[in-house]
Amino acid sequence: MRLADTLRFARDAATGYPVRTALSVLAMAIGVAAVVLLTALGDGARRYVVGQFSSLGTNLVIVLPGRSGTGGFNPANAITSTPRDLTIDDAASLRRLPHVRRVAPLAVGTSEMAFGGKLREVMVAGSTAEFIPIRHFELAQGKALPDEDWNHGSSVAIIGAKLHEELFGATPALGQLIRIGDRRLRVIGVLKPSGQGLGMNTDELVIVPVALAQAMFNSNTLFRIMLEANSRDAIPAVKEAALSLLKQRHRGEEDVTVITQDAILATFDKLLGALTLAVAGIAAISLAVAGILVMNVMLVAVTQRTGEIGLLKALGASARTIRLAFLSEAAMLSAAGALVGYGLGQIGAFVLRQLFPVFPAYPPEWAVIAGLGTAIGTGLLFGVMPARRAAQLDPVQALMKR
Amino acid sequence: MALIELAGIERRFQLGDTTVHALAGLDLQITAGEYVAVMGPSGSGKSTLLNLLGLLDRPQSGTYRLDGRDVTTLSPDEQAKVRSAKIGFVFQSFHLVPRLTAAENIALPMMLAGIPAAERNRRVAKALKDFGLDQRADHKPDQLSGGQRQRVAIARATIMQPPLLLADEPTGNLDRHTGDEVIHLLEELNDRGVTLVVVTHDATLGARARRQLAMEDGRLQRDSARS
Ligand SMILES: Nc1ncnc2c1ncn2[C@@H]1O[C@H](COP(=O)(O)OP(=O)(O)OP(=O)(O)O)[C@@H](O)[C@H]1O
Ligand SMILES: [Mg+2]
Repeated sequence: MRLADTLRFARDAATGYPVRTALSVLAMAIGVAAVVLLTALGDGARRYVVGQFSSLGTNLVIVLPGRSGTGGFNPANAITSTPRDLTIDDAASLRRLPHVRRVAPLAVGTSEMAFGGKLREVMVAGSTAEFIPIRHFELAQGKALPDEDWNHGSSVAIIGAKLHEELFGATPALGQLIRIGDRRLRVIGVLKPSGQGLGMNTDELVIVPVALAQAMFNSNTLFRIMLEANSRDAIPAVKEAALSLLKQRHRGEEDVTVITQDAILATFDKLLGALTLAVAGIAAISLAVAGILVMNVMLVAVTQRTGEIGLLKALGASARTIRLAFLSEAAMLSAAGALVGYGLGQIGAFVLRQLFPVFPAYPPEWAVIAGLGTAIGTGLLFGVMPARRAAQLDPVQALMKR
Repeated sequence: MALIELAGIERRFQLGDTTVHALAGLDLQITAGEYVAVMGPSGSGKSTLLNLLGLLDRPQSGTYRLDGRDVTTLSPDEQAKVRSAKIGFVFQSFHLVPRLTAAENIALPMMLAGIPAAERNRRVAKALKDFGLDQRADHKPDQLSGGQRQRVAIARATIMQPPLLLADEPTGNLDRHTGDEVIHLLEELNDRGVTLVVVTHDATLGARARRQLAMEDGRLQRDSARS
C-alpha cells in the first residue's frame, strides 16, 4: 500500500471513532501541556532569580567580615577568636588592586528620619560615590555622594523614591534639611523607584557617606565591601588579590570571606535548573501514562475491527500493510495530542506571563522538543504491540467474528 | 489445464479431546472458466474448503496447486500477493467497511495493492456503472439495501480482475428476488471467463451451476462431473 493511502486510511479509521480518538488525543495533550507549562514555570523561576541577581551589579566581588567555611588550621586564628573589623581603610586599600574598576564600602543600620513633623523608620546605607553605579541604582534628581575623603563624611543624604513621596509629597526635596537620628543632613539626590527586586528595596533607603553612617551607629566595622572587576575573566584574580591583601593587612589572619556573584549565581542556576528537570520528569510520567492509554485504545480498536482486519487480509493485504496502518493510527493519535498539548501549554504559559509580567514563564526549547518527542515516541512504542496483534490475526477467525 | 488441483487435502480441528475432520482426503480439480456449486449439510466442510481455496487457511497435509504453482508452501506474504492478484471473495454477510463509501469499498483491494489513485478512480467509475451503482458511489454501507451491498461486494471482489471468484452463500442474507439478481451477476462474470465457485444451501441455485459438488463429513460425496 502507498504511504499516502496508508496515512489516509489511518486518519479515516481514527476519525471514524471520534470518542475514543478524542479521549486518547486529550490524554496525550494533557501530558505534553503539563511538560510545557511546568518547565515554563521552572525555567521562569530560574530566569527570574538569575535576572534579579544580575541586577545587583555586574562582575561583583564581595568582601564580608569573618570567616565562613573551613580553610584549614591557622595558628593565628586559634589565638584571636573574634574577627578583626573590616575598616574603611581596608576598603580604600583595595582600590589599588589591578583589574578593579570600582570599590564601595558599605555600612548599614536602621534609624529614624524626620521632616516637616513627619517621622518614620528608615534603612541607612553608608557608602561612597561609587556605590550607586556599582549597584546599578539610578538617580531621579540631584547628584551622587561627593567624591571626598572616605573618612570625612559630609552631612548629605540621597533618599529613596518612597521616602521622597511620603515626606515631601509635591514640595521639592533637593537642598532641604532632614533629620536622621540626631543629625541634620541636606538632601542632595533622590533615587528612581526600583520596583521589587531581590536584595535591598531602595525605595525606603537613605544613602549617606560611609564615615557618617559609622559615626551614627557608633561602629568601626563595615557590613560589606563591594568590588567591581574590570571584566568577568578578572573576577577570580580580583578575589585572590583582595583576599591576600586583606590577610596581609590583618597580620596574616584570614578573617574575611570573599564571595563572587558568579559563584552564587551558578549555584542558583544549577539548583533551579535541576528543579526544572525534576518537574519535567514528573510531567513526563503523565506522557508515559498517555502512551499506555493510546496502547489500550489501539488494542480496543484491534478488537473492534477484527472483522475488518480479516477482510483486509482476504483482499490481499500483507501483514506489513496492516501493521503500518495501525501504527500510523497510533502515531497520528499521539502526534495530534502532542500538537494540541503544545498549543495548550503555550497558551497556559502566555496567560501566566500576562498575570505575572515580571515572571518570564517561557518553556525552554529542550523541554518542548523532549516533550513532543516523548509523546510521539511513546505513542509509537505503545502502538507497536496492538499493530503486531492486528497483523498476526488469523484471517478466517477474524472474518468469522462479527 | 486445471486452474485448481487439490490432492490428499486434510484439514483437522482440535476441539478439546475430539478431532474434527473438516476436510478428509480431498482430491479435486477445477478447470479455468468452470461454474461449480458446492452443496451439503451444515458442518460438512464447505466453508473450510472455500477458505482453503482462497488461501485464508492451510491444510495439515496435501497439496494445493493454483495455476500450476504449489501455493501451500508459500509464506503468508506471498499468499497475500496471490490473493490480491488471483482471488476474489464474496461473503454471505457482505463484509463492507462501514466507515467507507461504496466507491471506497470497491477501491480497497486496489489501494492495498498500491495502484495509483487515478487508475483506481477510473476503474471504480467503470465498476459502479457496470453494477448499476452510479447513484450510490458516495453512500455508506448502512445507506444501501442488502442487494446493493452485495453488488458493491462483488464489484470489490472483481475489481482486480482475478481469474477465480469464491462466494460463500452469497444469497444467504437476501430475499429470493435480489438473490436471483446477485446470482445472475455472478453468472455473467462466469460467462466472461471467471472461474466461479459458489457454496449454497439452495438446491435450485445449485442446479443452475454446470457442475455440482456434494460434501458430507469433509468428503466429496458426489461430483456431477464424474458421475
Ligand atoms: N475454527 C474452527 N475450530 C474448530 N472447528 C471448526 C473450525 N472451523 C470449522 N470447524 C468445524 O469444521 C467442520 C466444517 O465446518 P464448515 O464451516 O466448513 O462447515 P459448512 O459446511 O460451511 O457449514 P455451514 O453450512 O453451516 O456453513 C464443522 O464441524 C465445524 O465445527
Ligand atoms: Mg459455511
